[in-house]
Amino acid sequence: MSALAARRRTLPGFGLTMGLTLSWLSVIILIPLAGLFLRSLELSPEQFWNILSSRRTLNALRVSFGLAFAAACVNLVMGSIIVWALVRYRFPGRRLFDAIVDVPFALPTAVAGVALTALFAEKGWLGGPLAALGIKVAFTPVGIFVAMIFIGIPFVVRTVQPVLQDLDPEIEEAAGSLGASRWQTIIRVILPSLAPALLTGLALAFARAVGEYGSVIFIAGNLPNISEIAPLLIVIRLSEFRYADATAIAVVMLVVSFVIIFAVNRLQRWAQSRIPER
Amino acid sequence: MTMQIADSVSLPAPDAKARAHAAAARDSLRTEPKAVRITIIALAMTFLTVFVVLPLVVVFAQALSKGVIAYLTALAEPEALAAIRLTLLVAAISVGLNLVFGLVAAWAIAKFDFKGKTFLITLIDLPFSVSPVISGLVFVLLFGAQGYFGSWLREHDIQILFAVPGIALATTFVTFPFVARALIPLMQEQGTQEEEAAISLGASGLQTFFRVTLPNIKWGVLYGVLLCNARAMGEFGAVSVVSGHIRGETNTMPLLVEILYNEYQFVAAFAIASLLAMLALITLIAKTVLERHLNEGHEPRDH
Repeated sequence: MSALAARRRTLPGFGLTMGLTLSWLSVIILIPLAGLFLRSLELSPEQFWNILSSRRTLNALRVSFGLAFAAACVNLVMGSIIVWALVRYRFPGRRLFDAIVDVPFALPTAVAGVALTALFAEKGWLGGPLAALGIKVAFTPVGIFVAMIFIGIPFVVRTVQPVLQDLDPEIEEAAGSLGASRWQTIIRVILPSLAPALLTGLALAFARAVGEYGSVIFIAGNLPNISEIAPLLIVIRLSEFRYADATAIAVVMLVVSFVIIFAVNRLQRWAQSRIPER
Repeated sequence: MTMQIADSVSLPAPDAKARAHAAAARDSLRTEPKAVRITIIALAMTFLTVFVVLPLVVVFAQALSKGVIAYLTALAEPEALAAIRLTLLVAAISVGLNLVFGLVAAWAIAKFDFKGKTFLITLIDLPFSVSPVISGLVFVLLFGAQGYFGSWLREHDIQILFAVPGIALATTFVTFPFVARALIPLMQEQGTQEEEAAISLGASGLQTFFRVTLPNIKWGVLYGVLLCNARAMGEFGAVSVVSGHIRGETNTMPLLVEILYNEYQFVAAFAIASLLAMLALITLIAKTVLERHLNEGHEPRDH
């Protein structure tokens, strides 16, 4: 141990690189974020509460958080199905579809926004047939939901995929040869092993969807109290120079993000602590 | 002789059959009936087609809906060219800054042991979980007219918001983790032995870094830069808050897409969008190639 520590110290540059890292991190990330929190402290608790409990803010938060959670749940289910197909089955185009999963990561959000709107508008390729069925997607909350599903897809797939790939095939065989039905094996053996990864994927997709702006605002319709997301309300308040309102909403969203980061870290630790057991 | 052949052929036959049976039985323990398999594959492919493939196709279809000439004319507009130039400039600034930061941070984090390392990595990751709008807002609160440094900046006639510095800052914030996150696990995995050998042979720190470390991590550096660049060029929310949307001056490509779209100039909007979509596709292809290089380095390739 001491030999290791001594060896580690033989490399130069720790002080310099750590100093630079912390300074740059502070300048770009920490000070700006701290500024936001400081600003929110200038508000009295009463002002803060009045902003947050106003009908429009509450509705925007409800739309963002509610639809983000619903979309993350869809991503959880469809992401699991996609992972299962990609990892367990061989079919033509598998590698292509595997690569395609990353498109929502790589495609700029504004592009995704206008594309989804064109696709789901009443004259669009999918919006047309859906409108004939009486389902309006673009410029309604359903549109927000669709955009949030789009941007969340890679999160569940990319967190669960490596775990399913590394899953020891023998535990499944053991369960099967001990008389468990395939369904029982999946529910009782495979699902618990994937649980931390599934929950992490759900949390990441949710966090991304809550804060999402570019891909949502084009398709949303942006009617106050109905299809207005919280990030858009921040932008609107800023353009009205109502900085206090923008700050208060941003602080609430930021605190939720921090809680999610904390939860994800905990989940990762839980996942790691389970590995030696197997 | 014939008997022998018959024996040697017939004897292993039931054996092979039994083995094949056993293998099939083992496989059947690990897979589902054919109908279920087909349903799952169909569901996955349909979902990805509807939510990912079609939006991509729509971009190009809309951009070319009035023909190639209209498409090219839209791209040659001065406003479009100004947006492309600004996007390239901002990306160059923020990728450059984050490349240097990423290398420095990865050296400190991957090559040394210290307390609070996980926490430091969490801090570097923060921008991933902050809404793009909030990433822009924090700079408005610092540098805006009512911001902490607002009056000082005005006195000294320094323009940060609604100008290139603000856009570059917000983009740097948003793309902050990419290079560092690509390098830290890679450099941790490679350990410190080669660098220690170089140092003990008398190389200086910088020599060691450029001659030993950098060649080992070059694919990782490219990988980080690639993802960082894609996000930098495509960032919308954060840039939208700090840019002020001054036409021909502070509009990046994603912002111009929004403006043209809201003015119902759909061909022009989708033409710019198609460039960004191509950037995304090229990024994904390059990423796949780089991942192959990165995996060759340390993992036996099993799939």
